[in-house]
Amino acid sequence: MPHTHSHPVEILRFNTCGSVDDGKSTLIGRLLYDSKSLMEDQIEALERSADITGGGQINLANLTDGLRAEREQGITIDVAYRYFATPRRKFIIADTPGHIQYTRNMVTGASTANLSIVLVDARNGVTEQSRRHTCIAALLGIPHLIVAINKMDLVGWDEDRFLEIRDEFEGFLPRLDGMRDVKFIPISALNGDNVVDASPKTPWYQGPTLLGHLETVHIASDWDLSRFRFPVQWVNRPNNPRDPALHDFRGLSGQIAAGIVRKGQPVLVLPSGVKTRVKEIWTYDRSLDEAFCPQSVTLVLEDDLDVSRGDMLIGPDFLPGMSSEVRARVCWMNPKPLQRGRKCFLKHTSSTVQAVVTGIDSRLDIRTFESEPEPPELAMNDLGEIRIRTSKPLVYDGYASSRLTGSFILIEQGTNMTIAAGMLQPPTEIVKPDYTDFAI
Amino acid sequence: MSSYHLDHLQHLETEAIHVMREVAAEFERPALLFSGGKDSICLLRLAEKAFRPSDLPMPLLNVDTGHHFPELNDFRDRRAAQLGSRLIIRKVEDAIASGIAVPAPGEVSRNRLQIPTLLAAIEEFRFDCAIGGARRDEEKARAKERFFSFRDAFGQWDPKNQRPEIWNIYNGRINPGEHMRVFPLSNWTEMDVWEYIKRESLEVPTIYFSHQRRCVRRGGQWLPVTELLPSKPNEEVRELVVRVRTIGDIISTGMVESPADSVDDILAEIAAARVTERGSRADDKSSEAAMEDRKKQGYF
Repeated sequence: MPHTHSHPVEILRFNTCGSVDDGKSTLIGRLLYDSKSLMEDQIEALERSADITGGGQINLANLTDGLRAEREQGITIDVAYRYFATPRRKFIIADTPGHIQYTRNMVTGASTANLSIVLVDARNGVTEQSRRHTCIAALLGIPHLIVAINKMDLVGWDEDRFLEIRDEFEGFLPRLDGMRDVKFIPISALNGDNVVDASPKTPWYQGPTLLGHLETVHIASDWDLSRFRFPVQWVNRPNNPRDPALHDFRGLSGQIAAGIVRKGQPVLVLPSGVKTRVKEIWTYDRSLDEAFCPQSVTLVLEDDLDVSRGDMLIGPDFLPGMSSEVRARVCWMNPKPLQRGRKCFLKHTSSTVQAVVTGIDSRLDIRTFESEPEPPELAMNDLGEIRIRTSKPLVYDGYASSRLTGSFILIEQGTNMTIAAGMLQPPTEIVKPDYTDFAI
Repeated sequence: MSSYHLDHLQHLETEAIHVMREVAAEFERPALLFSGGKDSICLLRLAEKAFRPSDLPMPLLNVDTGHHFPELNDFRDRRAAQLGSRLIIRKVEDAIASGIAVPAPGEVSRNRLQIPTLLAAIEEFRFDCAIGGARRDEEKARAKERFFSFRDAFGQWDPKNQRPEIWNIYNGRINPGEHMRVFPLSNWTEMDVWEYIKRESLEVPTIYFSHQRRCVRRGGQWLPVTELLPSKPNEEVRELVVRVRTIGDIISTGMVESPADSVDDILAEIAAARVTERGSRADDKSSEAAMEDRKKQGYF
């Protein structure tokens, strides 16, 4: 039976990017259909809408385009999340639209992904859009990439065409940092070749099918376990006079953002810089001897210190940066362009501070991967490098080494809209504690 | 490295706990919507995991349509008492009596009338956040929902203008009069919910398990025969062995013929299911955008 797993089942989160023309919806439909994740009432609903709007043709895009406006206009407006499972893994797909608000949606969908699928139409080869997709996946530090070369049936399953497209990708991939694992797969989403089952039409292709790769790609080491980072989310103080055991309980609840914590180990509280030890790793189920990213736990410390939400506990290895002047790559997501001097809130881990953008150093052209220095502003969907000053120092890491302590959002004052996603550059100055066991 | 590894339920659990704690930290007056249904049962366990040994830092809220399965309400009251949590119940009947909710002529379903009742409760208690058990896999309008879903001063959802939600950084800032709906189970599927119920040995209302019930065939479904829903002459009525897969009002919840009388049986049944969970809810079938329209007005 599918649900009685003899081994633990992992979750793989991936995002697909591309437009309907690339066959993205067809591919998702194919994955859901061939993995038997589509239910009869969903297929019925598809058929119903086909009769009304599609002239009898089933449109797999109707599966993902959940909003009335999307179906009316035949476009995807927003990121949609889809779920399917095989006996080996559970999958969360963030399905991002190809046209409208493209960069903003892609950044949103990709921010939590382990893997990104870039779809290429074999007839058209590498387009501006494929370069943008790949560039954003690299910027967001997605560790795994699949380039699915689709509609291979329309180029006669020609191996030379496949290799030509692969070579073109490999020509520009070295210019993008962080793309470690890239897989090229020749498919036909419409007919299902190499999507779930290996195709007899590609004897020259020895690699896995798309689903086969999704099921087996190694993701266990994607989390950073080297540096312990614990942003304090909520102070757990039962203050229960009836129960003497709980009367003095004071725990710090949060999700481990990186690394491993062990009972008894020294930790530094930042920004105050005070050192203490972990007395207990408390969870609802039991006390633990050690806990790791991304577990949610409640830490009890040896000393009764003034620690609250927004503080960060860190371990003795790989000290973070601490500064109120930071540099970051941002994706600007607001219709009002970003100009120097803009004030906003900045939320980084569990800490929200006031911030001002003190400079726009560059704007990235994601078609050419070239940087334009000192642009006057960043428009909606632009990516650029900015400098920020904050009202309180941030305790942070570079995004490339720690996704959860290297990222932030900007929030507009007044409307409270989320207006930017930010990825911090590695700190230039790191914390220098007064304790010898916190080596630098 | 294999010991530093979370399986899918642990992964979903830590994500949901993180979301719950963000709510406790960022909102002054949150509430947790608890119906006694399977999803909100998981929510409660996650709240315990997020906040113990403290008391849950939020009351439980339920909108009682007056058309609930009695088994569900019994369970709801008992579970709230077990947890030592305050349970606030606001009734659609009272909302109708006071003019807050106005039924259309001949409107029997209480589904739509829950919306003004819920919004009035949010206003009455000045709740700035309501945690709900909705899941993205339930329905395609919900597939577009955020974890932190902003509602304006009228309680409306604007699906075309949602706040982008990036990494695990949730933007909980609101102005007075606005509120947030928060969905910690966003990434859970029906299967995950039942697997979690099994792993955590959670009690669920008995109607989820196979039992005998008089049902009437209507609109392609088997609906329970009750005082609220008597059978009409010429309608097919049968004594069946059934269970509910999803719980809505007693007048619109399709009963599924099933011998499943344990969580394991239910898991096996879902694994083999060929229709979605919402396929047995008449309230969702009225149009393609039924859920989207209700959500825009302030539905759960």
